[in-house]
Amino acid sequence: MKVDNSLPLEYSTEENNLKILGFWIFIGAEIMLFATLFTAYFTLENRTGNGPTGADIFEIAPVLVETILLLASSFTIGLAIHAMRLNKKKATMGFFIVTLILGAAFLGFEIYEFTHYVHVGAGLQTSAFTAALLTTLGTHGLHVTLGFFWGLFILIQIKKRGLTPETANKSFIFSLYWHFLDIIWIFIFSFIYLKGMM
Amino acid sequence: MDFFDRFAVPHPSFLIYASMVGIGLTMLAIVVGITYFKKWGYLWREWITTVDHKRIGIMYLLSALLMLFRGGVDAVMMRYQLSMPENTFLDSQHYNEVFSTHGVVMILFMAMPFIIFFFNYLVPLQIGARDVAFPRLNALSFWLFFMGMGLFNISFIVGGSPDAGWTSYFPLAGNEFSTSVGTNYYMIAIQIAGIGTLMTGINFITTILKMRAPGMKLMKMPMFTWSAFIANVIIVFAFPVLTVLLAMGTMDRLFGTNFFTTDNGGMDMLWANLFWVWGHPEVYILILPAFGLYSEIISTFARRNLYGYKSMVASMVVISLLSFFVWAHHFFTMGQGPLANSIFSITTMAIAVPTGVKIFNWLFTLWKGKIEFTTPMLYSMLFIPLFTLGGVTGVMLAMSAADYQYHNTMFLVAHFHNVIIPGVVYAMLAGLTFYWPKIFGFMLNEKLGKWTAWLLSVGFVLAFIPMYITGLDGQARRMYTYSESTGFSAMNMVSFIGAAIMAIAFVLLVYNIYYSIRYSPRNIGSDPWDARSLEWATHTPVPEYNFAITPQVESTQPFWDSKKNGHQLFKGDIEKIHMPNNSGLPFIMSCIFFVFGFAMIFSIWPLAIITLIGILGCLAYRSFEKDHGRYISVEEIKETETRLRGAKK
Repeated sequence: MKVDNSLPLEYSTEENNLKILGFWIFIGAEIMLFATLFTAYFTLENRTGNGPTGADIFEIAPVLVETILLLASSFTIGLAIHAMRLNKKKATMGFFIVTLILGAAFLGFEIYEFTHYVHVGAGLQTSAFTAALLTTLGTHGLHVTLGFFWGLFILIQIKKRGLTPETANKSFIFSLYWHFLDIIWIFIFSFIYLKGMM
Repeated sequence: MDFFDRFAVPHPSFLIYASMVGIGLTMLAIVVGITYFKKWGYLWREWITTVDHKRIGIMYLLSALLMLFRGGVDAVMMRYQLSMPENTFLDSQHYNEVFSTHGVVMILFMAMPFIIFFFNYLVPLQIGARDVAFPRLNALSFWLFFMGMGLFNISFIVGGSPDAGWTSYFPLAGNEFSTSVGTNYYMIAIQIAGIGTLMTGINFITTILKMRAPGMKLMKMPMFTWSAFIANVIIVFAFPVLTVLLAMGTMDRLFGTNFFTTDNGGMDMLWANLFWVWGHPEVYILILPAFGLYSEIISTFARRNLYGYKSMVASMVVISLLSFFVWAHHFFTMGQGPLANSIFSITTMAIAVPTGVKIFNWLFTLWKGKIEFTTPMLYSMLFIPLFTLGGVTGVMLAMSAADYQYHNTMFLVAHFHNVIIPGVVYAMLAGLTFYWPKIFGFMLNEKLGKWTAWLLSVGFVLAFIPMYITGLDGQARRMYTYSESTGFSAMNMVSFIGAAIMAIAFVLLVYNIYYSIRYSPRNIGSDPWDARSLEWATHTPVPEYNFAITPQVESTQPFWDSKKNGHQLFKGDIEKIHMPNNSGLPFIMSCIFFVFGFAMIFSIWPLAIITLIGILGCLAYRSFEKDHGRYISVEEIKETETRLRGAKK
């Protein structure tokens, strides 16, 4: 395998370059996926049937906590990649661990939020609005869940195999994914929660 | 409903039972055959675990041909049912299932794999690459598609087929009106195949952007590669819409949500809109690569450079953009008001402009060319007038005011078959005949090939032109029978005769393959058509690594230049080549997907959860796997090269 040392580790081989570009294209597809979900949500937003509206069920406190957790985790994964570029294995792993803990905490709050919705009578089957809401949130949450395990696996690999072109490449791609989920959350926070509470 | 009742077919008939027995016997014969000839090991090593783009391509081709016949039988059954008034060959439920599966099978499981076969086989060769960017992902794409196809095809013997049309509009496709599991099959099988297609899109965009031979700038790519690139961009932006749409449809049917229902705020038109936001770009995913193939073929057999290269590329880009802004023309009559209808009318008609540019470019390529009428060229020449006819009726349908007359009639059916058959199917057959010698090392018989092309065209005209007339007279599509007083019977009989002639043409195609396998000469060299682009510059059969030395490119037709203008394609020495390892994981994971899909369709939750864990386990295994590929040594390459050069004569 040809390694070009003038480039950062994650870009140093041909294969790594391909993977990063491929992942950017995958993010393009993901943007379309969430765009479709948002379209469906905005279409069905006011079609609440006999169920509650957004203003009835949204609570700012847990949502704000979730937002802070996820934004912080996006920052820490950035620090992890920075540490990786400086070739500091321990610092990289440390920031990875913080990121994953923040991600898990986010998921915990989201699960609480979901049970709360079901509790106040906004289950999946209640109305078109609740179906679109829970599907959009759920798809994001599912991405975070998958990301959590993916990140965990990469963490184990960094620990076992060190910072190689391969693990660096995986970590970098994981960071792209994690930042992307954060951006989606910003849209969810602004256009689902804040708009719904107004 | 009792547990086992769900597996029963909703309308048992002799045909269904005969098919069950037929499928069972065929499967048994295949298993016994493979065991008898001791081919399991060969099958596993050389095909199931392969990551070679050429072999994956061939597997796509076999699937596509198989589905062509499955969908074709559906078509003939429908034409026979309608050939006489008050016919009782199929009952209404059975007819609904037949036209629904015919549409899905032909679009998603015949045309899609056929073009993906061409992507796989041709794109790496045309750009001088060793393989695609992500060979293992490519294998996974194929196997997911294959399992989706398998799942969809068992529907008619286990539980019943989808019966709400290939568009599956809600509320018709909802639980209330589609009570069998058929529509579950639709939602889940297409979802699995669609994920595979999405990954194909990502794979080929990366391949084309990053792996072109030195000197091949974007504007020097062969036209088919350009068309493949644009089609894959459309795939990446259109298929996620389908993913979400099918997920919502699945939830409506399995979990009782209210996305598309008629109460609790559900909106059935959301399905129609989102379906066509994916569905219209989808038809351009099919037609653009077809245009690319025609460009290659016409330029080869007119012995001329393709006329208007830049305008060809520009028109494809414009078509791909417009394709995302025309979706509402599929339901002008379904109540969005004059303003929206007018806008979508205009965008739709605008598509005729870049398409017209392409037609004229082909005509100008022919102008003053030394035209040679081979079978692929014959298909291309039949394509131009027939496709133009379909395009013109398309502009008729695009006029929203007039569409109230045509909507949901046979006129529409005639139109889209008129663009898809001469447009896509002819391109697939032309491309297949054109590239057959490159793939298999011998030509298909020209005489039989031309007979097939002519029979197909005569059959096509007889089958579909009458539909324009009965459509304008008011024959609705999708009705399973009609009374004699409507006066449709004569025209429908002509249609049936046309369909039968088309069926004969396809049988002739099969006979041609058989005949050519037995009698076609094998010493045809690697460039039997005197062609122009890189895929013809390597040996036949193509070695695993494609090119021993990466070719150098300076123009849009490097191989032609190397033959006629002294361009040196292969500079430098042979070096060792890095190749990916085979892997069984894509196949195993796709098999688990198949079981998962089945469990979902029949709401067998414990099995669904177990298989879901299995899928996640495969992903985890892949994450930890160390696989750095392998190297082919210089000696081995030299040996292969000498052997193949010897075989070439």
